[in-house]
Amino acid sequence: MSDKHSSKLEDSTLHGAARAPYSSADFDNDVDPKRDDFDEGLDLPDINTTPMYVNIGPSHPATHGTFRIYARLEGELIEKAGVDVGYLHRGFEKIVEHKQYGQVIPYTDRLNYCSGLSNNVGFCKAVERMLGIEITPRTMMIRLIIMEIQRIMDHMICVGTTIVDVGALTNFWYFYNARDKLNELLEALTGARLTYTYTRIGGLAWDLPPGWKENVKAAIKEVPAAIADVRGLVEKNRIFQDRTRGVGVISAEDAISFGWTGPCLRSTGADLDLRKVRPYYGYEQFDFDIPVGANGDAFDRLMVRIAEMEESLRIIHQAIDRVPDGPINIDDKRIMLPPKEKVHTSMEALINHFKLIIEGVQPPPGRIYDATETPNGELGFYIISDGGSHPYRIKVRPPCFYTMNALKFLIEGGMVADIVAILGGLNVVAGELDR
Amino acid sequence: MKNDSARHDALVQNLRDRFASAILDVDRSFGDCAVTVERKVIHDVLAYLRNEHRFNLLLDIAGVDCANLPSFRERFELSYNLYSIPEDLRVRIEIAVPELDMDVPTATDLWKSANWAERETFEMFGFNFVGHPCLKRLLTHHEFVGHPLRKDYPLMGGQWCTATSDMTEELNEPR
Amino acid sequence: MGIDQNILPATKDEAGIITTRLDDLVRWGRKNSLWPLPFGTACCAIEFMGVVSSKFDISRFGAELVRFSPRQSDMILIAGTINYKLAPVLKRIYDQIAEPKYVISMGACACSGGFYDNYATVQGIDQIIPVDVFIPGCPPRPEAVLDAIIKLQERIDKEPVTSRGRPRRHEVVEKMKDPL
Repeated sequence: MSDKHSSKLEDSTLHGAARAPYSSADFDNDVDPKRDDFDEGLDLPDINTTPMYVNIGPSHPATHGTFRIYARLEGELIEKAGVDVGYLHRGFEKIVEHKQYGQVIPYTDRLNYCSGLSNNVGFCKAVERMLGIEITPRTMMIRLIIMEIQRIMDHMICVGTTIVDVGALTNFWYFYNARDKLNELLEALTGARLTYTYTRIGGLAWDLPPGWKENVKAAIKEVPAAIADVRGLVEKNRIFQDRTRGVGVISAEDAISFGWTGPCLRSTGADLDLRKVRPYYGYEQFDFDIPVGANGDAFDRLMVRIAEMEESLRIIHQAIDRVPDGPINIDDKRIMLPPKEKVHTSMEALINHFKLIIEGVQPPPGRIYDATETPNGELGFYIISDGGSHPYRIKVRPPCFYTMNALKFLIEGGMVADIVAILGGLNVVAGELDR
Repeated sequence: MKNDSARHDALVQNLRDRFASAILDVDRSFGDCAVTVERKVIHDVLAYLRNEHRFNLLLDIAGVDCANLPSFRERFELSYNLYSIPEDLRVRIEIAVPELDMDVPTATDLWKSANWAERETFEMFGFNFVGHPCLKRLLTHHEFVGHPLRKDYPLMGGQWCTATSDMTEELNEPR
Repeated sequence: MGIDQNILPATKDEAGIITTRLDDLVRWGRKNSLWPLPFGTACCAIEFMGVVSSKFDISRFGAELVRFSPRQSDMILIAGTINYKLAPVLKRIYDQIAEPKYVISMGACACSGGFYDNYATVQGIDQIIPVDVFIPGCPPRPEAVLDAIIKLQERIDKEPVTSRGRPRRHEVVEKMKDPL
């Protein structure tokens, strides 16, 4: 793939900072306790150790989301590990077979609940493609802006909680305050704080409130300050580097074989981003780069996310002034509800409203797979329709299911404390993992 | 868009040249390309696509219970969603699996992402992936009986779990 | 203290002035230092993180020290969906919390299963453990969580200090031997 839209983290000038002084080459000179010949030449008594079986989770402060790691420990080293997920399995795929397409949207909110709007947009995009409709330019731009805001918010939670678990406790608050400011924007727009359910099939629930765009411009001024604070505290910090450099290393081929997408894959060096490869909703008109890591370790995963936050800010800066005017919903009476004034006065509109509420949208029979670049990776929906008002089957392709698949591979051979750094960087959201 | 349909046509032609009668159906609706193949050649088809056509990302394995559809080949269907990063091309390979014989060769030797995808599909529908390193339940608890996403499993069929599971088998699974 | 007695205590006249002041002191201590065990599973856990943050600030109510160990906490706050796989884990953790323990069920999924009425979700954690305060919402606003803590504090104010109005174990065993 061409490199012209991706920027390697190490020599990028985007952040304005010089290249980090530590690289994994420095580790070759240090004596790493995980090396087998660490004890050579030393006169240590033989400690008789027995392997210990330990359960990490499902209720654990440092695992974000409920899952369980069953590990066999030899001292602090993990010899073998087994990962148990499904502690938040809520039967999404079964229950949506009994709901109309419009009623599925709140369920999609709870998939990756740190960025609910991305899932909403992803699902509506798939159904709209199935229906063969083209949404209005205004809706496209608004959906793009809110997806980028959600990307910033999701990365803030991921990076914030990971850094807290690694030990730097104040960074979470820097990020969380900035995230709250963005959340106020979305609360003014959608009415909810976490599970927004703002998109509808064919458009949006309602239009932007007055003054929203100015509020966005004011709120995103806080984000660079928060990023700079956090960066200043961790990027060149020796302790943080020791905890995350060289930890959980995965090569690009292995990552692709495991089905990784999103920032985790980009941290290994492969630059796959659906916003550049198959631009949708007008991403091609904006100028932004894809940060790509070099080593595929935990440090890169976090730094890629921080760099992506800055790229999202660039997109929002460009996009917020270019929101076109016009209607937000398409004018198709098989899909969109008629305006309430007409429902109360005209018989056709009343019947139309009634039919849409009782039966909902009815896509033509067939199968479709559609994917969006959510903050975690490629979220795909494989929808099978039989022509009725309920979807016959919706299979969600969750990005963190596949990153979690590789967890056993990543933590075996490492130490218990490394689990935390690795898990945090993978951004495992249990709602999406287990559905 | 992006001359997809021409490249899909070329891909389907290559598959037909190579596998002749095993290609049962091609579905090009909504701009996607879904190729239905016979069950006995599925592993060869996947290996061919991965090795010759560089489909290096197995995005998803989806199971479908076709019992309530108006027309279907067999009761179950399995759908492999593939993506080629160098060529930016997507394709879906589908096979029909009858209810009484649900053995399917595993794809874990080709892509490691098939590991958990197949475990989940087994748990939800009951496919038996021959050769999988550890085919156990993934999302439902270990005392759960049945395959929830089948159409004859009731929506409200909750089953209580009395204890946490023993994970020795997952522990010893080869990497 | 029998099983049918309700949890409101005897009147203050009956009890005596020193024990009532001591009871008040204990109740004041309990309600103002409710250290929560956040059993957060799903989206409500993110809202709980918002409650703990500086904007909504749960530490005003003394519940600042979030302890993930059941032995060190007073109150378990179940935030998120509990499914059948997690139910034995929840019961075990609840059993491990030392008395006095309080349970707050946060969010629609914990209160009643939410809109996940299917094979996987427990339809309300009160099927497994006794709950003191239910917070509806999906997810509830942080102000609702603070309101729930205030209600829990009011409830603590009214309950007797020893055994908290619930029957002692030997009384339950006696009753079970002779149900009539």
